[in-house]
Amino acid sequence: MSSSKGLTFKGGIHPTSDGKALSSSAAIQDAPLLEEYQVIIHQNIGAPPKVLVAKGDEVKKGQVIAEAGGFVSVALHSPTSGKILKIDNIPGPMGVPVQAVFISADGEDQWGELMPPMDWKNAEPQAIKDRIRDAGVVGMGGAAFPTHVKLSPPPEKKLDCLILNGAECEPYLTADHRLMVEYPEKVLEGAAILGKAIAVTDIYIGVEVNKMDAIDTLLAKADAYGIKIVGLQVKYPQGAEKHLISAIIKREVPTGGLPMDVACVVQNVGSAAAVADAVTEGKPLIERITTITGLPVKNPSNWRLKLGTPIVEAIKFAGGIVCEPAKIILGGPMMGFAQKSLQVTVTKNTSGVLLMKKEEITQYQSTACIRCGRCLDACPMNLQPGSLSAAIESEKFDLAAKNNLMDCVECGSCAYVCPSNRPLVQHFRRAKAEIRNRSKK
Amino acid sequence: MEVFVTAVITMAVIGIILGAIIGIAAKLFKVEVDPRIDLVSELLPGVNCGGCGKAGCADFAKSIIEGENPPSKCPVASQEQISSIAKALGIEVGDAVKQVAVVFCGGDHNQEKVQTLYNGVSDCVSASLIAGGPKGCSYGCLGMGSCARACPFNAIEMLNGLAVVHPHLCVGCGACIDTCPRKIIELAPQTAKVHIYCNSPEKGAAKMKVCAVPCIACRKCVKAGEENQFIIDGFNISVNYEAEKLVDTAIFENVKCPTSCLLSETEHLKIEKASKSEVV
Repeated sequence: MSSSKGLTFKGGIHPTSDGKALSSSAAIQDAPLLEEYQVIIHQNIGAPPKVLVAKGDEVKKGQVIAEAGGFVSVALHSPTSGKILKIDNIPGPMGVPVQAVFISADGEDQWGELMPPMDWKNAEPQAIKDRIRDAGVVGMGGAAFPTHVKLSPPPEKKLDCLILNGAECEPYLTADHRLMVEYPEKVLEGAAILGKAIAVTDIYIGVEVNKMDAIDTLLAKADAYGIKIVGLQVKYPQGAEKHLISAIIKREVPTGGLPMDVACVVQNVGSAAAVADAVTEGKPLIERITTITGLPVKNPSNWRLKLGTPIVEAIKFAGGIVCEPAKIILGGPMMGFAQKSLQVTVTKNTSGVLLMKKEEITQYQSTACIRCGRCLDACPMNLQPGSLSAAIESEKFDLAAKNNLMDCVECGSCAYVCPSNRPLVQHFRRAKAEIRNRSKK
Repeated sequence: MEVFVTAVITMAVIGIILGAIIGIAAKLFKVEVDPRIDLVSELLPGVNCGGCGKAGCADFAKSIIEGENPPSKCPVASQEQISSIAKALGIEVGDAVKQVAVVFCGGDHNQEKVQTLYNGVSDCVSASLIAGGPKGCSYGCLGMGSCARACPFNAIEMLNGLAVVHPHLCVGCGACIDTCPRKIIELAPQTAKVHIYCNSPEKGAAKMKVCAVPCIACRKCVKAGEENQFIIDGFNISVNYEAEKLVDTAIFENVKCPTSCLLSETEHLKIEKASKSEVV
């Protein structure tokens, strides 16, 4: 580690109370088996998987219920053994109804036939990538981008390093933290497998220095794998891939580019653990570690939840609520999505279920920009949020695009520091949607 | 004195030479402009709304003269203006049917359940990007007024969280259609006076959960009407605007829509006004 403060990037913010203490010492628990799971079919970015089962079919735990529907797509597996009740719409995590497979659990929770364990040290990189796709592994930090796609750059792009994101910069979330503390071998082995798949040996795991126990645990075992553990400054959005790259290997991803343009691949530690399970044990991704937290939750804690667990049940696992929540967010408070239904189910990217009290949330009244420039200091992408939002408000989308609006990562740092409470990110999201629509025409 | 004379002569010679060049250029590179384009442009309303599909009134004037469009294709011009253009050019008026925009939703704040508190930018595209919008129905009007702001003729009014088109003000230019993220605004012939104000393809029970005035596809109107007057599409019914005989207000003598989504234009406007006054 270079300093006790850790490496970092330009810009960003640090929320004063990050809420991590609520659940950071709660060990990961296995969730009890429910009677019914509603597994959302389209959980990954890219093409939706093709459903292979029909009403009335018997399925085993880990059985494929939908196969990859294209290159940018992954398979989906049954979280438990039981019977397919129906395929119907349920409220989705983005607020619009989505299709889900309803599985009635038989209580046995019996594994079907697993994929054979691989001797990954002597395996072909392509075989590892195929296994990762077949096991349904996606970016578990939040984006749900298929992992094997990130590992398959076009041949002209050479890769020389792999970075695992263990920053967990979102306030409140502690799922990755607990994973690194309790299953360091899984994370390290997953990292080594990912390195093998892209044929690089330069592997880093970046962890914010507010998780010293995780850093110490990983450091104790990392040498055996030849992996470097890097302490990062506690700052949001430290876990965004472009900022991890800038902090750890001091390379800047060009505008409109991807990490592969600077010879780098970034993966989440949760995805690495899922890769380790898939390759060494042949287990598909059917459960994930989720933080259930917030002041209204009785016992804020970390749970290994099966895909398709309704969040209302997840909150019950954590002891239920002690007071009425005013807002329920899937993910962290900065980039998560507020929910209007408790019937939304856990997906591969549900890193947290955050409940907030009425006193914690505010109905802001936004006022005019006073040109204080705080958003400029906060923007980790070196954009000018104030001028961009002014352009968007007068519908000058071309001007906004010219000023690199499309590079915005929607981290919300600008809106967080704005003294006029301007809904900056919302303007940007709207304009990005508009610009994408126009370029399609 | 000598200097003065030289200067005057030099300037005069330069002037004559440049003048001659301009004169020759004007003859050589003359652009022929059809004088009728100016004439027709004068007679057109000149609002450049784009409703005819052309880039402004001058472009439309050109297309009339080239025979591409009949004068009646202008949605804004009155009948007198159109016939005066036809008379000036000695051509037919044409039979383009005047169209008006219809917002196919009847869910104002009284009729449709609000599921989330929305505290963001007052714009429909922005609202639709957050959890699919604050209202319960994923297909209904979002009520933030993006279409009303886009209308160059102020024909769309926001009444109690619902966009309502005033047919006598609407010219059918279609400027509102693209602004709606839900794509629920369409053009219908001005002669159609009865519409089904719902476009949700959900099942009847699902619609009833979030809205008091959905089309539940009970088909009472289809049975009461004549053949081909309605189009049944899954769990939604719409008026067939291409029918030989359009459905008119006479249908209400035979049937009453149980959810009041089949309404005449005038009734639709009335209901919204009543609910607005209740709120105020």
